[in-house]
Amino acid sequence: MPTTIPIGLNVNGIRHELNVEPRWLLVDVIREQIGLTGTHIGCEHGVCGTCTVLVNGETARSCLMLAATADGAEITTVEGLSTGETLHPLQAAFREAQGLQCGFCTPGMLMVAHELLRENRSPSEQEIRESISANLCRCTGYQGIVDAVGLAASSQASAPAAR
Amino acid sequence: MATTERRWIGKDIPRLEDPKLLAGRATYTDDVKLPGMLHTAVLRSPHPHARIARIDTSRARALPGVFAVATGEDAKEMTNPLPAFCAEPVVQYCLAVDKVRFVGEAVAAVAAVDRYTAEDAVALIDVEYEPLPVITDPFEAMKPGAIKLHDPLPSNLAFEKTLSFGDVAADFAGADRVIRRKLRWHRASAQPLETAGAVCRYDPITQKMDVWSNTNMINYVGWLIANTIKVPAAKLNIYPMYVGGSFGSKHVLGKIIGIASMLAKRSGRPVKFMEDRVDNLIASENLACDRFYDAELAVAKDGVFKSIRVKVVDDYGAYFQFGHGTHGNALAQVTGPYRMGSFEYTVQCVLTNKCQQGVFRGAGSDAGNFCLERLVDAAAQELGIDRVEIRRRNFIAPDRFPFKTPCGNVYDSGNYPAVLDRALEMSGFAELKRMQAEARAQGRYVGIGLATAHQRSVYGPTEFWFWYDSPGLTTAPESVGLSLGPTGEFVVTMFSPFWGNSPETVVAQTVGEEFGIDPSQVTVTYEDSQHALPGAGPGGSRMTVMLTGAVAGAARKLKDKLSRIAAHQFEAAPEDIVFADGGAMVKGSPDKSMSYGDLGLKAYWYKLDLPPGMESGLEARHTYDHPYLTKPSADRKDLGAFYPMMAHGAHVPVVEVEPATGRVRFLRYVAVHDVGTIVNPKSLRGQITGGITQGIGMALYEQSAYDADGQPLTASFMDYLLPTAQEVPRFEIGHVETPSPFTEYGVKGGGEGGRMIAPAAIASAVEDALAPFGVRVDEVPLTPERIVKLVEAARR
Repeated sequence: MPTTIPIGLNVNGIRHELNVEPRWLLVDVIREQIGLTGTHIGCEHGVCGTCTVLVNGETARSCLMLAATADGAEITTVEGLSTGETLHPLQAAFREAQGLQCGFCTPGMLMVAHELLRENRSPSEQEIRESISANLCRCTGYQGIVDAVGLAASSQASAPAAR
Repeated sequence: MATTERRWIGKDIPRLEDPKLLAGRATYTDDVKLPGMLHTAVLRSPHPHARIARIDTSRARALPGVFAVATGEDAKEMTNPLPAFCAEPVVQYCLAVDKVRFVGEAVAAVAAVDRYTAEDAVALIDVEYEPLPVITDPFEAMKPGAIKLHDPLPSNLAFEKTLSFGDVAADFAGADRVIRRKLRWHRASAQPLETAGAVCRYDPITQKMDVWSNTNMINYVGWLIANTIKVPAAKLNIYPMYVGGSFGSKHVLGKIIGIASMLAKRSGRPVKFMEDRVDNLIASENLACDRFYDAELAVAKDGVFKSIRVKVVDDYGAYFQFGHGTHGNALAQVTGPYRMGSFEYTVQCVLTNKCQQGVFRGAGSDAGNFCLERLVDAAAQELGIDRVEIRRRNFIAPDRFPFKTPCGNVYDSGNYPAVLDRALEMSGFAELKRMQAEARAQGRYVGIGLATAHQRSVYGPTEFWFWYDSPGLTTAPESVGLSLGPTGEFVVTMFSPFWGNSPETVVAQTVGEEFGIDPSQVTVTYEDSQHALPGAGPGGSRMTVMLTGAVAGAARKLKDKLSRIAAHQFEAAPEDIVFADGGAMVKGSPDKSMSYGDLGLKAYWYKLDLPPGMESGLEARHTYDHPYLTKPSADRKDLGAFYPMMAHGAHVPVVEVEPATGRVRFLRYVAVHDVGTIVNPKSLRGQITGGITQGIGMALYEQSAYDADGQPLTASFMDYLLPTAQEVPRFEIGHVETPSPFTEYGVKGGGEGGRMIAPAAIASAVEDALAPFGVRVDEVPLTPERIVKLVEAARR
């Protein structure tokens, strides 16, 4: 059997000590070993963005990253956005503006939008479109997603306490 | 109908499905994890056509972590051929038996402790192929003497038929002009972001097979899958999963369930097989129709259409899974929204060395609309009649419904002029023309598209068999269970899965409407196939109609019992009981009322307060059959009503084309749809914008391409291009509501309209933009390369 190496990942604030094969992708470790299945696999070749997570605060495609190279990283997945029964304001905005249908690309879209709104508190429609354009959605035609991110930006502006 | 007061149907409520999807807590197929579960990888053929001389799996079997390997020999022994929805002898197994017929066909499969090990093992399988001549051109494939893909067939022309209705010859002879176009609709592919997959668990003692899969039609085809995987139908249980998009591509999934079931039987462990993206792009049930049209429209000089004659060659790839169902589908609306006395439709289904066709949103009616609307635009041009005017002259008038088409299909209702008017008004059509003239004066190529086309809804199964003499299935029902618990809470049980749309929201709104409660208070659950009532599942834009119908039927049954309980309590007549404001009351006597909580408690635990002889509990189950389906006549001169809930739409896209680069940019996109009574405007809007986006893909980017040697050229998302947020404009969506007389609340289906209409509209827009060159658009997708070539050819 292939050998494994020890790594540590801090996922959504919880520290995990793991033994992984060097070739295992980050997404597979998150899903199979840590058991967080909210991060989905769409293409496994870095085009669709479905598997996007935050690694040390920056969006990353967890299908293009080896888990071993994430050793020591702080990782946020979609499960880390909501708190208990309360959706994150960004998730609530996605619901309000119908930024989703089947929900499969949604976790990746949320992560990209999360990063955008941290860096740009009032993005224009074109800026939103640019930021999500590396993520594919097959259901919505993107309009609901663009509206949701815009809505989240405006509610963020009126409620600066949002994470 | 418009005066009916409705509290919840038609209201823009937030979807019930959303919170768990947003929180990442819905269970999709790949999220299923069972103790001891193994993972699958598949070895796929690199050859488009070859005999399998020898397979040696010994090195793979010897790899630590590998529990089972299966090949075509095993498939022949352990499974039956996959379900095929045609009568022709085209046999397909889940793993290739003796021969491979397309690149990507599954040759062997491995189950191992994880996917990595399974892929290692696949690399250790040795296969010796004897390559055979390859046929990729359907016209070559049809020729006598061409090498046959399937020995039991007389030729690669798997099916050929002409159906004719009305006096086509006389209508053509009497026409002032015949408009003829040869059109090409290339093969696209559904590509939901979730690939197809299954987890199978087999118990050899009881012979029970449990399947967790994103197959959509768990009850409609589950019993056929049982036959394929050789377990008794009663011992097969398919669990409905949350599905990450289907768009028609996950109706059966026999290949996937077949492979996982064999490996589960062999290994004695649960086995998961999730396709990867390459599997899905080149070997799933994803690829759509691939058609060559030769079509003629007979017209009078005043622009009135007389008849249409369509000859279509369809390249089916290597197998015939859904037969000519997509042509039956197109027949439902072959004459579109226009009056015509007759039509003739000739189809030739040809087998070639490519992955077999499956179904993709639109299911053949998308291509049919493209064909018809191209002819209509051509007629307008050739006769010098404005393309809005020629449509108006031929629309079926709003007072002519229900309308019987030449082949016998019925259109339930419609107001096509109103839909067109709304689209023209929203787009500011006259102003657009001024803007276009200004742009042209500046050397910019701006085009205005127009398509006024149908979107048949509510699938009827006769389209699969009216081609033959012998009859087939005659219903496609949907069922629900509806209960009111002892605490006054409503629970709806569905028997078809969430497939990426809004079934939970639809049933909750309907319960809210029927019982006067807030839909957010309704709990919705799904039941597995062993506990199911009849259901066909999602497909053919049917679920909103079928679920509202099923819930309305169950509500009537439940209300009947509630009325009798309340009437007994108040010594009133059951027919005097009304339901509103959270309970039941005697009409005109608000003091005589019971909340749903009181009624639930009585019904479950106060037997002695119930009318004598009434059984305890409050549950109603209802099966809603297709609401308007009639049998084809024995001589097939009348195909019967098979797709009668006829929705309609008008699209006006405005594009700018760069002739030098072939780039197409959207300046506007207006779409007006009439899908009868709207249940949830928000979810309908999502269907329309998502559907148009797929239509943009079909019109401009998406093609599952093969080279002349049968090698797939689009085996990744780098090559198969889906529209992104940058290519898609902000859509302007309008509605007209013409209720259906045949369905509960007047609802029609709206799931496919965007993709059915957009390609025709965009083709028209690009042609209009390039009109200064005299370019004629006869082919989609209009990739940059094709546009540049069209312009170059026109310039020569």
